[in-house]
Amino acid sequence: MSEPSWMMETSDRIQAVERMQEAERGGPLLSIRNLSKSFPIRRGLLGRTAGEVRAVNDVSFDIARGETLSLVGESGCGKTTTGRSILRLIEPTAGRIDFDGRDVRRLGATGLREIRREMQIIFQDPVSSLNPRMTIGAAIREGITIHRLAEGSAADAKVQQLLEEVGLRGEYATRYPHEFSGGQRQRIGIARALAVEPRFIVCDEPVSALDVSVQAQVINLLRDLQRERQLTYLFIAHDLSVVKHMSDRVAVMYLGKIVELAPAEDLYREPMMPYTQALLSAVPVANPRIEKTRILLEGDVPSPASPPSGCVFHPRCHHPAKDAACAHIVPPLEEKAPGHFAACIKQLPTGVSWETQQEAGGVNPPVRYLPVVKQLARVDKSAPPIGRHS
Amino acid sequence: MTEPLLSVENLRTWFHTGDAVAKAVDGVSFSIGSGETLGIVGESGCGKSVTALSILRLVQQPGRIESGSRIMFEGKDLVTLDDAAMRDIRGNRISMIFQEPMSALNPVFTVGDQVAEVARIHGHGSRRDAWNRAVEMLSLTGIPAPEERAKEYPHQLSGGMRQRVLIAMALIMNPALVIADEPTTALDVTIQAQILELLVDLQKRFGTSILMITHDLGVIAETASRVVVMYCGEVVEEAEVDTLFAAAHHPYTEGLMHAMPQLSEPRARLNVIPGSVPAPTDWPSGCRFRDRCPYSWERCEREHPPLYEISPTHTSRCHLAVEPEHRANPHPPLVEQLGVSV
Repeated sequence: MSEPSWMMETSDRIQAVERMQEAERGGPLLSIRNLSKSFPIRRGLLGRTAGEVRAVNDVSFDIARGETLSLVGESGCGKTTTGRSILRLIEPTAGRIDFDGRDVRRLGATGLREIRREMQIIFQDPVSSLNPRMTIGAAIREGITIHRLAEGSAADAKVQQLLEEVGLRGEYATRYPHEFSGGQRQRIGIARALAVEPRFIVCDEPVSALDVSVQAQVINLLRDLQRERQLTYLFIAHDLSVVKHMSDRVAVMYLGKIVELAPAEDLYREPMMPYTQALLSAVPVANPRIEKTRILLEGDVPSPASPPSGCVFHPRCHHPAKDAACAHIVPPLEEKAPGHFAACIKQLPTGVSWETQQEAGGVNPPVRYLPVVKQLARVDKSAPPIGRHS
Repeated sequence: MTEPLLSVENLRTWFHTGDAVAKAVDGVSFSIGSGETLGIVGESGCGKSVTALSILRLVQQPGRIESGSRIMFEGKDLVTLDDAAMRDIRGNRISMIFQEPMSALNPVFTVGDQVAEVARIHGHGSRRDAWNRAVEMLSLTGIPAPEERAKEYPHQLSGGMRQRVLIAMALIMNPALVIADEPTTALDVTIQAQILELLVDLQKRFGTSILMITHDLGVIAETASRVVVMYCGEVVEEAEVDTLFAAAHHPYTEGLMHAMPQLSEPRARLNVIPGSVPAPTDWPSGCRFRDRCPYSWERCEREHPPLYEISPTHTSRCHLAVEPEHRANPHPPLVEQLGVSV
């Protein structure tokens, strides 16, 4: 797969130069285009392929330097597969992944090892991601050694310094994972990711397994580290409140597709895609006095092996203008307000004309539908956006 | 107030493991009225699940309900009831909904059989009656095409559908009390909304009391009328739900509320409770929260706080109730002063 740079097509080389120039100007650190991942469904004794599950289906987004983009959605929406595909921990089926001007999908073993020094991952379950027979010092030191960042006593010192940076004592280096609590183990996972001085970290549900008080400690730690080390995060989570506190921008996924992508503040204040509206309205609010307008979705998420035609959300959709056109037209992710993208042909404005919709059996013209979700109304607008990618 | 349906008095459930005693539940008292939903909230290891298991006498060795504990239910003390009488109560008068529906269901029987089994054990109807009743219950819990679904096995159903099956099982005998232990924790948020709505709806219809155990203050706010906050095997605060959210008294409850990210709040640094929950074999002396508390003073180390009455419907296990002046000057908690990392 890997080719030396002189073997690249001229056009690719020009593009690479352009990307480097863009990078110097502060362009996106990570750029994903049309990323897809299908898993074959095998049946019978011979393991014949009987179909496929499109876990990630034509996903595109950019992440700016220093930004946190969150992927949010329910089980099976493809958020974790997307995160792992970017690091090629899962090999994507199609699409392009550019990290700081380098085409990640074309890297060979050596190139991949090098780029993974810059791209790290923090897993949900800190217990199963740590080797129980290795001291945590050795686990953190592994990356330092592999990438030859330090040796001997210099490496020891670095391990100590990393432990202190994540809020643990340096002398803990000689202990084993079982001696730590869940929150402490997640701190160890973070220290291990930081050991190789990455610029980009995929945080895959890093606080989902933690109790509320410890969860807040880890969220604050991740945000402090981001500021101190100018880190860029892809934050994957199902908890919408946590996501709100972590993100500059948020992408909502449903059945392998991004259905809405917007600056966090806008998305939480005025969700455009009916699925996002339902999702936000479903979050229990820890205030018995707040009146809630709850949109209850019918049924379950359909199987990704046979997703609905047209808009994948249409069988469960509550948009008042929903009609036959929704079952026929695949809604493009289009800009509904500045920087606010959503995939819904019934939500104004839309580039899918009324004539086109009528030809597809549409009977209800698109409208602007923003059901009032009172608990979302009190969003502070005074807070300056941090590193928002415009 | 009329006689409560369930009244737990000084419940102590300890685990005797070799050289140590883990005091998982250590002197818990609360009561539930008829048709009421009482929430128990707390973090892992606070003793909330062991409390639930104790009520049903499902605590396994080396766990033991210590003498002096009383669990009064419909005029009987469940702690001293014989096994046969206890079996009559389980699933019949008190039933339980567990967190993980996949492990609570038997994979080799159809869900209809499993729901009907409850009716056959406790009711005296025929196999056919029990089956019909099961199908009716499945239909009440909002399972589409219940006749066909009843013939399916647990693995053929989604997580939300399995939780509906468990609810059908819990409600088929029309029990007086349902204990729901984190009933929606394993579910996605839109499915959680469906299940909570269903529970509230069925409660209204059958007048069942619910003991809702959860770590999620949001779930508590939406379902419970009264809340018990647990920490280190004890009740640290009890109040009406509105009071608790508007005017929490105990510093731990306060800390939990602030530590929880909220949709309605701006993106800001979260407040944290420093440190972590101590081990149940070694609860701190005096106030069990003092090392993590920003207000603690000398009395907190010396004297284990009783449950003080803040108002007739509000109690708090914190000396601030009698010495409120200490709230005025918060300090870094002891765990931070000692440089003990979390």
